[in-house]
Amino acid sequence: MDNRAIRDSGGDRWFTVINYSILSLFLLSVLYPLLYIVSASFSSSEAIVSGRVWLWPVDFTLDGYKAVFHHKLIWSGFRNSLFYMAVGTAINVTMTVLAAYPLSRRDLYGRHYFMFLFVFTTMFSGGLIPFYILVKDLGMLDTVWAMLLPGALGVWNVVITRTYFQTSIPEEMLEAAQLDGCSDFTFVRKIVLPLSMPIIAVITLFYAVGHWNQYFSAFIFLKSQGLYPLQIVLREILIQNNINMNMLSAVVDVQSAAKREGLSNLLKYSLIVVATLPLMIIYPFVQKHFVKGVMIGSLKG
Amino acid sequence: MQNEQTIHRSPAGGNGQSAWSKIRKGWQLYLMLALPVLFIIVFSYIPMYGAQIAFKNYVVTKGIWGSEWVGLKHLDRFIHSYDFWRLLRNTLTISFYSLIAGFPFPIILALSLNYVRSVFFKKSVQMITYAPYFISVVVMVGIIFELLDPRKGMVNHVIQGLGFEPVQFMAKAEWFQSIYVWSGVWQMVGFSCIIYLAALAGIDPALHESAVIDGASKVRRMWHVDLPGILPIAIILLIINMGHMLDVGYEKILLMQNSLNMRTSEVIDTYVYKVALNSPGMNYSYSTLIGLFKSVINLSLLIAVNQIARKTRQTSLW
Repeated sequence: MDNRAIRDSGGDRWFTVINYSILSLFLLSVLYPLLYIVSASFSSSEAIVSGRVWLWPVDFTLDGYKAVFHHKLIWSGFRNSLFYMAVGTAINVTMTVLAAYPLSRRDLYGRHYFMFLFVFTTMFSGGLIPFYILVKDLGMLDTVWAMLLPGALGVWNVVITRTYFQTSIPEEMLEAAQLDGCSDFTFVRKIVLPLSMPIIAVITLFYAVGHWNQYFSAFIFLKSQGLYPLQIVLREILIQNNINMNMLSAVVDVQSAAKREGLSNLLKYSLIVVATLPLMIIYPFVQKHFVKGVMIGSLKG
Repeated sequence: MQNEQTIHRSPAGGNGQSAWSKIRKGWQLYLMLALPVLFIIVFSYIPMYGAQIAFKNYVVTKGIWGSEWVGLKHLDRFIHSYDFWRLLRNTLTISFYSLIAGFPFPIILALSLNYVRSVFFKKSVQMITYAPYFISVVVMVGIIFELLDPRKGMVNHVIQGLGFEPVQFMAKAEWFQSIYVWSGVWQMVGFSCIIYLAALAGIDPALHESAVIDGASKVRRMWHVDLPGILPIAIILLIINMGHMLDVGYEKILLMQNSLNMRTSEVIDTYVYKVALNSPGMNYSYSTLIGLFKSVINLSLLIAVNQIARKTRQTSLW
C-alpha cells in the first residue's frame, strides 16, 4: 500500500528505522529461546550445566537423541498421538463441514436457532465434572473414544468455516447447480469442498495441533499406559522428572549418578525438540492458507 | 431426482412458502446438520443438564437424577470457605494481568509489520513469531522449568554472570504470576497478531492515499488511519476476553504448580479439578457448584460488557 513514487520524508526515514528495530526485537525475543533449546539438545550436558552454551551447540553430541529413541514409552506415546491426531482430525473436519455448510445457507429455515445452539456453548458450559460424569456414563473412560469423540466439534471452527462458505461460494453457483438438478450433498462434494481448500487446510491444522498437544483429557480419562499420548509421557519426564533409567542403559553407564543426571537433563532438551518437530515441519506449508483462512473467517465472523 | 421441485426453489428462500415446505425442501441440509447437532447436544448440553448436581448431594450409585436436592448448601459453603477470596483474587489477578500484558504487543507487531516493504522480511518475522503457538502446554512448561532452573538454567547463568545470586523462580510464590503471564505473551504474540493484520488489510487504501496527499507522515497515518481501522476488532476481542475473565489456562497452571507457589497459583479451575478428581473425597457436587459459579459470572460479564460496548461504540458481539 506504500506509494513508492513519493519519497520518504526525513521523519518517515526515522520511522522506518524504528519500525525495523521494533520488529527485530520481536524476532530476536521469540527466536533466541527456540534456538537455545535446539542448540542445547545437541550439546554435552556439562556444557549446559556450566553455562557455556549461548548460541551454537558446544561439545556436539547426539546422546540426548539416542536416549529419546531408547525410551520405549516415548515411542508408544508418539504412535498413540499420531493415531489420535489422524483419526480425531478426520472426525473433526467432517463434523465441522457438515455443520458449517447448512448454517451458511441463507435459505435454511431456523438457521439462527441452530447458530445460537452452537454459539451458546462457547459462552456457557456445564463445567468439568458433569462432563466427566457424562464421559464416564457413556462408558468411554480409559478407551480411545474418550480421546476422539468428546471434543469432536470446535464451535469457533464451525463459525469461521461457515463465514468462509458464505463469502467465497457465490450464490449464483448454487442456483445454477440446482437448475441442473444437483443435490445438496453433491454440491458440497463437487463444488464447495474444492473451492474451500484454504479454510479446510486451516481447520485441519487447528484440529491437528489440538490433538497433538492435548494432555488434559488424556490425563483425566485414561488410566492404561498403553493408551497414553505423547503429552502424558512428556509430562512425566519434563514436569515430574520421572525418567526410567533402565531404558537409558544402552546410551550411558547408568551406575554413575553424575552421568545419569546429566543425561536426563540432556534428554529433556532433545525431547522438547522431538515432540515439537512434527508441527513445526507441517505448519510452514499451511501458513499461506492459514493467514488467508483466518482473515476471511475473522473479518465477518 | 427432484427436478420439478428444484426449478421453483430460490436459494434465497423465504418467498412466502410455509415453514413446513421450506423444511421439506431443505431436508438434505437438515440431514447434514443432524450429526453435529446431536454431538453438541450430547457433549455440551447434557453436561449443562448434569450441572444440576451443584444443588444436590451427588452420589454415584444414585446418579444425577436420583441424588437428593440440598438447595444452596454448596454455594454457602464455597462463599464462606477460607479458599474463596484467595481463589477469586488469584483468578482475577492472573486474568487482568494477562489481558493487559497480552493486549498491546500483537497490535504493535501488526502495525509494524504493515509498514514493512520487504516481503521476505515480513514473511520471516511472521513465520517465526507464530512458531511458539504450536508448542504444547506440557512442552512449554518443560521449557520454562529448564530455562529457569536455579542451577542448570540459562536465565540463572545470566543472572550469575551479572554478579547476582541465582533465583529459585519456581519455588517463589511472587514470581509465579509473572512467569505464567509473560510466557503466555511470548507464546501467543505472533498468533494473536494475525487477526489485526487481517483488519489492517481490510482498510480502504483510498484512506491511506488521501492521507499521503494531505502530507501525513507514516506515524500520523498509523495513528489516524490504522488504529481506528483495527479498533472494532480490538473491542470485539476485549468483549470475548471479558466473557472468559474467570477462565485462566488451568492446564498450564496445573503443570506449573507446586506446594511452594500455591499461594499465588491456585485458581478456580485448578481448584475445581482438585476438589473432585484429585482428592479422596470425590466431592463432585461441590466442585460442580464452583464451576457453575464461574460460568454464571463469566456469562454475566460477557452480557454486561457487550451492552456497554453496544451503547457507547455501536460495536458488539450480537
